[in-house]
Amino acid sequence: MKITRRGFLTLSGAVGGGIALSSLGLNLKPTKAYADELGKMNRVKAAKQTITTCCYCSVGCGLICSTDKATGKIINIEGDADHPINEGSLCAKGAGFFDLTEANKHRLTKVLYRKPYGTEWEEKDWDFAISRIARLIKDTRDKGFVTKNAKGELVNRCETIGHYGSSNVDNEECWIMSVKCRALGLVYIDHQARV
Amino acid sequence: MNGNELVKLIDTTLCTACRGCQVACKQWNEMPGLRTRNFGSYQNPPDLQWNTWTLIRFQEYEDKDGNFQWIFRKDGCMHCTDASCVKVCPSGALYYTDIKTVGIHHDKCIGCKECIAACPFDIPRYNKETEKVTKCDLCYSRIQENLPPACVKSCPTGALSIGPKDEMIKKAYAKVEKLGGDANVYGDKFVGGTHVIYVLQFKPEVYDELPVDPKVSKSIFVWKDVLKPLSLIAAGGVIGGSLLHYFTHGPHKPHPEHYSSNEKKQGGA
Amino acid sequence: MTNHYCDLKNADVILIMGSNAAEHHPIAFKWIMRAKDKGATIIHVDPRYTRTSARCDFHVPLRSGTDIAFLGGMINYILQNNKYFKDYVVNYTNAPFIVNSGFNFKDGLFSGYDAQKRKYNKDTWTFDKDANGVPKRDMTLSDPRCVFQLLKKHYSRYTLDKVSSITGVSKENLLKVYKAYSATGRPDKSGTECYALGWTQHTTGVQNIRSMAIIQLLLGNMGIAGGGINALRGEPNVQGSTDHCILYGNLPGYLKMPVASLDTLEHYLKKCTPVSNDPQSANYYTNYPKFFVSFLKSMWGDKATKDNEFGYQWMPKLDDGKAYSTMHMFDAMYEGKVKGYFCVGADTAVSTPNSNKVRKAMEKLDWLVGENIFDNETHSFWKGPGVDPAKIKTECFLLPASATMEKEGSQSNSGRWVQWKYKAAEAPGDAIPVGEIELKIMAEVKKLYQKEGGPNASAITNLKWDYFDSKGHMDVLKISQQINGHFTKDTVIEDKAKGTSTLFKKGQCVPTFGNLKDDGSTACGNWIMAGSFDEKGFNKMAKRGKDDPTGLGLFPNWSFAWPVNRRIIYNRASCDVHGKPYNPKRKLLEWVGNKWVGDVPDGPWPPMANKEKGKYPFIMKADGVGSIFGPAMAEGPFPEHYEPVESPLTKNPMSGQLNNPAIYIFKSDLDKVASASEKYPYVCTTYSCTEHWCSGALTRWQAWLLEAMPELYVEIGHKLAEEKGIKNGSRVKVSSIRGEVECVAMVTRRFKPFTVEAKTVHQVGLPFNYGWLFPADGSGGDSTNLLTPSVGDANVFCPEYKAFMVNVEKA
Repeated sequence: MKITRRGFLTLSGAVGGGIALSSLGLNLKPTKAYADELGKMNRVKAAKQTITTCCYCSVGCGLICSTDKATGKIINIEGDADHPINEGSLCAKGAGFFDLTEANKHRLTKVLYRKPYGTEWEEKDWDFAISRIARLIKDTRDKGFVTKNAKGELVNRCETIGHYGSSNVDNEECWIMSVKCRALGLVYIDHQARV
Repeated sequence: MNGNELVKLIDTTLCTACRGCQVACKQWNEMPGLRTRNFGSYQNPPDLQWNTWTLIRFQEYEDKDGNFQWIFRKDGCMHCTDASCVKVCPSGALYYTDIKTVGIHHDKCIGCKECIAACPFDIPRYNKETEKVTKCDLCYSRIQENLPPACVKSCPTGALSIGPKDEMIKKAYAKVEKLGGDANVYGDKFVGGTHVIYVLQFKPEVYDELPVDPKVSKSIFVWKDVLKPLSLIAAGGVIGGSLLHYFTHGPHKPHPEHYSSNEKKQGGA
Repeated sequence: MTNHYCDLKNADVILIMGSNAAEHHPIAFKWIMRAKDKGATIIHVDPRYTRTSARCDFHVPLRSGTDIAFLGGMINYILQNNKYFKDYVVNYTNAPFIVNSGFNFKDGLFSGYDAQKRKYNKDTWTFDKDANGVPKRDMTLSDPRCVFQLLKKHYSRYTLDKVSSITGVSKENLLKVYKAYSATGRPDKSGTECYALGWTQHTTGVQNIRSMAIIQLLLGNMGIAGGGINALRGEPNVQGSTDHCILYGNLPGYLKMPVASLDTLEHYLKKCTPVSNDPQSANYYTNYPKFFVSFLKSMWGDKATKDNEFGYQWMPKLDDGKAYSTMHMFDAMYEGKVKGYFCVGADTAVSTPNSNKVRKAMEKLDWLVGENIFDNETHSFWKGPGVDPAKIKTECFLLPASATMEKEGSQSNSGRWVQWKYKAAEAPGDAIPVGEIELKIMAEVKKLYQKEGGPNASAITNLKWDYFDSKGHMDVLKISQQINGHFTKDTVIEDKAKGTSTLFKKGQCVPTFGNLKDDGSTACGNWIMAGSFDEKGFNKMAKRGKDDPTGLGLFPNWSFAWPVNRRIIYNRASCDVHGKPYNPKRKLLEWVGNKWVGDVPDGPWPPMANKEKGKYPFIMKADGVGSIFGPAMAEGPFPEHYEPVESPLTKNPMSGQLNNPAIYIFKSDLDKVASASEKYPYVCTTYSCTEHWCSGALTRWQAWLLEAMPELYVEIGHKLAEEKGIKNGSRVKVSSIRGEVECVAMVTRRFKPFTVEAKTVHQVGLPFNYGWLFPADGSGGDSTNLLTPSVGDANVFCPEYKAFMVNVEKA
């Protein structure tokens, strides 16, 4: 018997040379379903395997998510044995990655709103939140906008809105935020790199 | 897969106590996390528990010369060759697999707890809600797919490894030789040899909750070889279990409940 | 990291100082263990014995906040005992440079200090130049005004006795570390340093790291396999978020944020583009205008033209010399000046120092927008301890976000590997990616400005904001290609060296930042990411090739590493001036014939022995060499020991200057400090643990992790515990002048008292992973940052979480 860290949980054969413009999670060849006796193994073998990167420290360990094709839900997450850094291994947080998925009942699933002096969160929809937030941004920005500083120099900045975050979102999202802040004229711009 | 004999090696001198194994075990086996309190230690849960089949034990140790070492030891089923739990199990829930580890059929467990009394390593745990005993099965379903057990796969530093018995024992002794001093291999010399063996830096008596001379109780031989067949024929497993209790003296008191089991069972449940 | 995680295996000595790698970067530690297995010596210098210490060859405890003293002693040891790598020091650093004769250092202060402003005038922190404007050098290193001799003089004060008395480290232990580490000052040995927040979170944070940079340059450990200075950073994409500069002072790619005095693009570019008259200095930042103009083009697209300075005037400008960091923001918020606040993927009410001030400040907000996957103490501040919601006016939003495995995109690890990941499942309920939330909000704001106008509305109405796919979702690939950069018109690029001429069509990705232009013909969201796609749109970040041609674990075909897939930066310094590897056994790069072979080199030029075409190795520095003398620092070109703002001492044993003279002092009524106070006699430090992450805002919600580390604890040495009658596992109160927390006492032999200036000093420590919101029964305790002071580093305002004073009492 040969035990390998990789086993069938691997994607290296499919994508050794890189992926051009692929926007999809990659399926493994569907494997034959076994009898229910093997329980979880049976489900994992029949699942779609997708690679992701750990969202805690900055080592950047690779993980493989197994997603049940019928329900679309993730059923197992473990280390990507092909990843050159972690080689399949994970620490306690990485090993518990599954608990960040929908399986965790504490996940936020609704837009929440708390009105001034309110005592509870209320559920709202996206349209309400987006239009109300945009209005608040505009009113606050316009009211406190500094076109010229004390010396009379053109500064075009908004000192009345702050932005913090985030180093736990993707690069593309970081760039979007960085650009958004500048377009609005914000100067109180910071995130976790400071701490 | 085939019937080769496998051994998991725990090299305590490589463990960083990251507890990847402890959580990976719960993730794969879909065991919930339960509420605990900090009792003045990094160790938690405080002990093996029905939802915790593998546990990193933390121990501050200072030798007589004042040398300090923070000891980390992964605790869990040793998968004995001569397994008391299998011998005493009246229902056939505990069994030897084709790779010589000790498997468990949860559906067959009748909750008699005799395995708990019999185990020289104090491993099996009872779940009051399901009225069944649980313990590590060395991820038998994964091994059948040539995948390492969840704990072994998660281990970053190579403190955990699995492979053919001879190879692992050789590896363990080679490491002990390299370490020198009191370093020793633990597990290959008793209860017919265990399928989980340790490389220990210190003598076994230094470690918390580690028996120096684990044995299968004599009364278990009596039960196993003489009475169990009769009782099973006569009255089925449940009565068999109580009969067994008469013969064996459980080395362990009932385990305290370290935490309530009614807390939400997010994550894996 | 100058190097990367797998490279740790190549080191002969690894100094872990300012980091608890085994607990906070367990998988990085796997590579450290691999080095150890091959015979490397692993050293842990840390106030507390941790899971890292347990696996190192030796652990050396030092008092929090005394790293510069410790490292200054090492610099002194290296120089006094000739342990430095002379060939490297002479050729690759500014050690031979002659310093301005007006420069001096006296009783803790460098020349040019203005006590009123708490700032230095740096006019004397310069080099003497020859008639051509090239820095003068003394290649014998003997001129008393050369950097090398000034360095020697400065650190001759850091004697073993002095350092031992400040740090609380025994002389025996100091020598043990100094000897082991300085043994790497030879061509065939490599030493690396791993640090993390243990170095950054001090009022002398940047200078802690500078001290080590000096050591690494002296020992010839920069730019080599198994060397470098490696920040083990703390968040999954903190490298990327920093690269994209969600920071007040920089724009994506570390371009400088415009300041008010730079009134035109021309003035701005002139100020930001460094000049070197040395023909052998590549001075790569002469390309700065190309990177900056291409960035402006990425923001405003066709609307950014030469005629309107590519939109330069739409960009906000900071006041000269003013900082706008997190602590400044909360200070302004506390004063009621900041009215609206976006808190994205963060829990600042737990993670920011002096949390009581932060929580009070938030009560003054008109509105708060949170974007997260779980609720936390920031989003729900209005119902926190002691807060009456009915009195809080703030309008609050909490927007549900996708978790990382529910979205596609890239993240950059500390080793600068930009790795692509895929979407494994739909996010639950109404959750969408943070990027999509931001896109939608800004699109709506843009509409409002188009309709209603407003101040500097052009910055918003002209913003290029077409990053939605046909279904109205975030188009990640479109954004990442915008970051990579593209040609805005058909362009022919001629490569004179290769004799080729290539046509790139409008819209095609730029294959490298070498192709960027300052005339508007290229747009690039972040120049350091140029080349993450090739010109055909092939996504190199998604590469999964495992080949390792050098055997050093560079994995050049796994993902993409910025810049231009270089795996170890400053790598030309791994070779001698002729391009021959200093260490042939770990050959990172070699000049063979007329090209470099190995890792992607720091520029194609020949090695510097070629006086005509050759270039110095540190191409991003204007002078082309590593800075032992670092005039960019706020508090001095050489690191100097200052006591933490809260310290057990009333006098700095090194000088009359107790604290860092260049730090900013916040002055609100809640910015209280109690140094050397009898009421708060114990040094305190803060940290995380393996099982939680940062504020715990993600991990406390996870039962497996909470089970393993359920609540706040304070680690107390058994001697102090005996003195105070505190039993292991009992409840205690830890207090500073700013606040208090109640928690479990963990009495341990892993904290030992220090002897500092002949007195016993006890140190304790707490994790910062807990908050009042969850666990819901409050059993987790509250934020350790209720205790910490809002003071920070003089250069970057990283708060001093790692050294302050507390009291501990039975609860």
